[in-house]
Amino acid sequence: MSTHSPSSTTRLKTSRRRVLQAGGALLLATLWPTARGRAAQASQAGTGVLVEDVATPFAPNAFIRIAADNTITLILPNIEMGQGIYTSSVMLMAEELGIDPFAVQIEAAPPGGGAEITGGSTSIMTEWLPLRQAGAAARTMLVQAAASHWGVAPESCTTANGAVVHTPTGRTVPFGDVAEAAAKLPVPKEPKLKDAANYTLIGRKHHRLDSQIKVDGTARFGMDVQVPGMKIGTVAACPVQGGTVRSMNRNAALAINGVHAVLVTDNKDTVCVVAEHYWAARKSLKALHIQWDFGKNAAITTQTIYDDLHAGLNGPAIVANAKADAPGVIGKSGTTYTATYQQPLLAHSPMEPINCTAHVRPDGCDVWAGTQVAERARDTAAEITDLPASKITVHSQYIGGGFGRRLEHEYVTQCVQFAKQVPYPLKIIWSREEDITKDRYRPAYVDKLTAALDDKGYITALQHRIVGPAVVARWDPPELTKDGYDEDLSLATVVTPYTYPAYRLEFARREAPGITTAWWRGVGGTRGLFVVEGFIDELAARAGADPVAYRRAMVQNNPRALAVLERVAADAGWGTPVPKGRARGVALQFAFGSYMASIAEIEMPSPDEVIIHRVTAAVDCGQVINPDQVIAQIEGGLIFGFSAALYNEITLENGRVQQQNFNTWRVMRMNEAPRRIDVVVMPSKEDPGGIGEVGTAAAAPLLANAMAAAQGRRYRSLPLLSARNTEGKE
Amino acid sequence: MPTLMINGQPHSVDVDADTPLLWVLRDILGLNAAKFGCGIAQCGACTVYVDGKAVRACNLPVGLVGERAITTPEGLDMADPIVRAIKSAWVELDVVQCGYCQPGQVMAAVALLRTTPNPTDEQIDSAMSGNMCRCGTYMRIRAAIHHAAGELA
Amino acid sequence: MTHAFSFPSAKRVSLSGTGALAALLLATLCLPTHAAHANAAEDGTPGSTPVERGQYLTRASDCEVCHTAPGGMPYAGGRAFKLPGMGVVYSTNITADKQHGVGTWSDEEFVAAVKQGVSPGGKHLYPAMPYPAYSRLSDQDVRDIRAYLATLPTSASAAPENKLRFPFSIRSLMIFWNIVNGPASAYPDDTTKSDQWNRGRWLVEGAGHCADCHSPRTLTFGLSTSKAFGGNMLNGWRIYNISSDRKTGIGGWTDAELAQYLSTGHADGHGTASGDMADVIGHSLRYLTPADIQAMVTYLRSTKPVSTPQDAVTFRNVASGDASLPQNSRGARLYASACAGCHLPDGTGRQSSFASIAGGRSLGADNGRNLIQVLVNGSGLQTATGVQIMPHFTGGGLSNRDLADIAAFVMTHFTTAQPHDLEKQVEQIKKDQD
Repeated sequence: MSTHSPSSTTRLKTSRRRVLQAGGALLLATLWPTARGRAAQASQAGTGVLVEDVATPFAPNAFIRIAADNTITLILPNIEMGQGIYTSSVMLMAEELGIDPFAVQIEAAPPGGGAEITGGSTSIMTEWLPLRQAGAAARTMLVQAAASHWGVAPESCTTANGAVVHTPTGRTVPFGDVAEAAAKLPVPKEPKLKDAANYTLIGRKHHRLDSQIKVDGTARFGMDVQVPGMKIGTVAACPVQGGTVRSMNRNAALAINGVHAVLVTDNKDTVCVVAEHYWAARKSLKALHIQWDFGKNAAITTQTIYDDLHAGLNGPAIVANAKADAPGVIGKSGTTYTATYQQPLLAHSPMEPINCTAHVRPDGCDVWAGTQVAERARDTAAEITDLPASKITVHSQYIGGGFGRRLEHEYVTQCVQFAKQVPYPLKIIWSREEDITKDRYRPAYVDKLTAALDDKGYITALQHRIVGPAVVARWDPPELTKDGYDEDLSLATVVTPYTYPAYRLEFARREAPGITTAWWRGVGGTRGLFVVEGFIDELAARAGADPVAYRRAMVQNNPRALAVLERVAADAGWGTPVPKGRARGVALQFAFGSYMASIAEIEMPSPDEVIIHRVTAAVDCGQVINPDQVIAQIEGGLIFGFSAALYNEITLENGRVQQQNFNTWRVMRMNEAPRRIDVVVMPSKEDPGGIGEVGTAAAAPLLANAMAAAQGRRYRSLPLLSARNTEGKE
Repeated sequence: MPTLMINGQPHSVDVDADTPLLWVLRDILGLNAAKFGCGIAQCGACTVYVDGKAVRACNLPVGLVGERAITTPEGLDMADPIVRAIKSAWVELDVVQCGYCQPGQVMAAVALLRTTPNPTDEQIDSAMSGNMCRCGTYMRIRAAIHHAAGELA
Repeated sequence: MTHAFSFPSAKRVSLSGTGALAALLLATLCLPTHAAHANAAEDGTPGSTPVERGQYLTRASDCEVCHTAPGGMPYAGGRAFKLPGMGVVYSTNITADKQHGVGTWSDEEFVAAVKQGVSPGGKHLYPAMPYPAYSRLSDQDVRDIRAYLATLPTSASAAPENKLRFPFSIRSLMIFWNIVNGPASAYPDDTTKSDQWNRGRWLVEGAGHCADCHSPRTLTFGLSTSKAFGGNMLNGWRIYNISSDRKTGIGGWTDAELAQYLSTGHADGHGTASGDMADVIGHSLRYLTPADIQAMVTYLRSTKPVSTPQDAVTFRNVASGDASLPQNSRGARLYASACAGCHLPDGTGRQSSFASIAGGRSLGADNGRNLIQVLVNGSGLQTATGVQIMPHFTGGGLSNRDLADIAAFVMTHFTTAQPHDLEKQVEQIKKDQD
């Protein structure tokens, strides 16, 4: 992995720790990066359209620009990939500043200019305070400037609709008119924040700022970037990781109309054809008839990986977390219960296939990309071009689906490697086949849990072993603990709504050969919740207890967990007769700083068919910024998770990924989606929790538990419709 | 290569006849609203109209288009009540998330209401299930189509 | 690797009745062979130079499909043919490469291989190389083919060694087979028939070797003449009846439909060629002149009707419009999501007529055999506007039951067929693939 700035890493790390500390009160120091060098003019833009390098007289901090013509530009630290963060970020600043969110133009923060890593459902947690402070600071200065102009007390002024208002007289002055004067005032270090009781935006439904442009098709994604003189390339990396090009038919490829060049990476693992348009490049790539030397990974199969994981259930492991003497309690217990769970490799397959545009010149380099890691994109370009980071400009675009895929930046590295070989700007578009077969995959895992049980069937000790990769070891090496543990694995395992008298979490690290593993929506939460909520459900069944009642008894001392559980049980009609032919399942979770309980009502006309009639969820994610978008994230997150839980498993044969496109990588469609999803957002004054991954984490255990209720058989292996669940294998 | 009629304008392009319409639109003419998603007509992100019928541009060789009228998402006319109702419903219900598939969804939904002014859930599923959404906005798409149909009634 | 084996236009050919073949080969002694002589029907071949004629004849004879490995260099051989009970053989490199191809052969040796099935050194070819049909070609035709092949890029790669079981590994067995089943010879024009008919016969029976797939085989693996063009089973696919029978052959097609199908791979109201037939159209028939296509139509019209009830299909009238698909079964829902994007709810094809399945025999014939083959294996048809792809749906999130449900929906939605045991059929077809 190439270098990246420690500051961005620290931010994500800190966010994750906050999550691990159960949403505790650790607040980030508000460090405002200095305003970056500004270009001459502001772009004309409609709502939601991204502008760049707005120059204004008033730039009190990294996030706010106000021009004399009252154009207000907000610079947003986290990237929009569907989660609604641009709208929420603007709402946070607009609340304090006193502006209409639709009346601003927006800019994605540049690397080094406030851009954060966007991932792990951390955006709102990290933005909650700094963005309100930024808005409040700007407001304070604008009010001061206007008050001085009028000769009145600042306390007698407020702001609204982009103007300072002198309340006693009703006089107003637009921000733009006092922007220059405000810019000369000192930036307040601790501006006074609005009292929550006076919020007019935060906590109320607000339309997304990017709706209209996305409906019209004018929102610009990385795929849509057009630069004068640009040519278009498409790539083929060796189907087996680590292989290299042996030979290819360059002449045949160059004979295709509109083809300019055939390029190869220095290490010969990837070929790029450059053409006037994608189709010419794609045809030419096929005409190359590339012959590969596949190398040492050519014999790997999925079973190799699963076998290695199962082998890891025995032998040495790291003790990642321990409370009391769980092995001792289990050893002496008269009643124990054990289950083993398995999860597959997963691709991300966002709707927008991987792409990147780069223009490498002797004196600088521009990169246009949808990326969750703008700073890493900049740094990899600097490394490859031997240019200083200051000469690299990253133009962040709307992302057509992230799901963790764009926390990787290897496609930026690849694009700059090829762009360096040509004098023109180069846009690289991966085919969908390349996107799926050369993804960086959610790892496969095997988990084994053993519980000692009391005479009512409740846990007295729990021992849990996770076998799988440590993604963080590659993605952010300093974050691997000294023992070799990846704290992401504590999500939904150590961090749960439950407490156990004795507990032990072990981790046996097994890196999968021949592929690269990476983050996937819900990260450790998705991984852990399938295992733990499945296991709790099994224990309830073993005890002959109602699954909700069993969990209720376990969270008596956790009011937020109890509240969502009670609410969802009431809303879903838990305890009322299930309609004929249907079954219900429940899941309870605490992850990303948010609580959720959910209930699914399903029908299984046959053992290999699942119809999801209704999902009900109650979520407590602390202080809510935009409740309707919380609901949207739960709805969409559930469907994303259901799709994988029912259908998806990346398999390898001869070192190659077998799934290629949506014909073999099945995605849930509208006619398979739940008929109804009801989400209630619980009122809360707690600090905001994350929401983008909450629904996805719930999906698999929710379905597995409902399917178990329907079929009287446990579903311990994903995907749920895999024959592994019906053949009695684990 | 015949001249293509796109959104009412003639365009002359010099490409091989096997080039899918999508790449003529996107890479040659700069009409970017129709998206590339799969290239095998499985996802619907590239939906455009040919003579008013919703088709997948990624899988339509430009040599087979002839002089038929092509409408891209850019060419949807807001003066058309169905277009206006669908787009307004999409905004009103905040359907979009990442938004990449949505121009295709809107094209499919407008085409649906043209033939079926008041569709049932089953009819919506029939017409819309070829348009994939990874963000999972299906619930809102369904609701927005009902909403638009109600506005038009 | 020595020149060994070639095949008719089938990806993988199943030879049936192989035991009987072996027995008969050994039992048969001496029968007269035919002598080759010139044929006026060849005059229709266009081209003013040997290479031009050779290119046309190479295409009309469909050499490329069998002599090219999947994704490999054209004519470099290496395509595998699995012969149940016999083993695996590979098509040969027929590029002009001197070591691995036919670069050092004399014209006479090349003609003997193509027309008599005997390659240099007296090695007998296995009769999946359709030399009995190619014997209808004149020696000059074959020399022209060679002249054309010599202009193409050479490949220095050898096809893999055949893996045949005893006794099929004994090439000289083919001597006996030849005595019973061929090679035939160029036959004289039938003067009672039109020039067009004679040209058509030469194209269908000779260069095009249509019967190699479309006629059932006899016990000795010869081509049945009594049921000529009455269809066949090849590697799990139903090869359709193309006799003049109205109900189960092509007797009910119009001339225009037949011509459209042969020259493009699609005929309105009859669907689109898939599987091996798509290869035949894409690499061979679509290059034929309109006159030759008409000649083939004329000849095919004149064949004896053979009735094959399993090919009979009765179509239903289907509603059209994107909102018209029922959503009450899994097959219907899957059709709406995975199929209607190309085929439309009424099967008439969304992007182009190549995606039209309406009226295709596969929708109902033979308990959905070819329909399932296409779902499992996919298909690609080379056309003047690129390769029209039908993706396969194997190896991902769709189970055997899902594919069977799609097939069942298609069969019952578009036709009156009553499908049964489709899931087993899917399993079998997948198994045959491995």
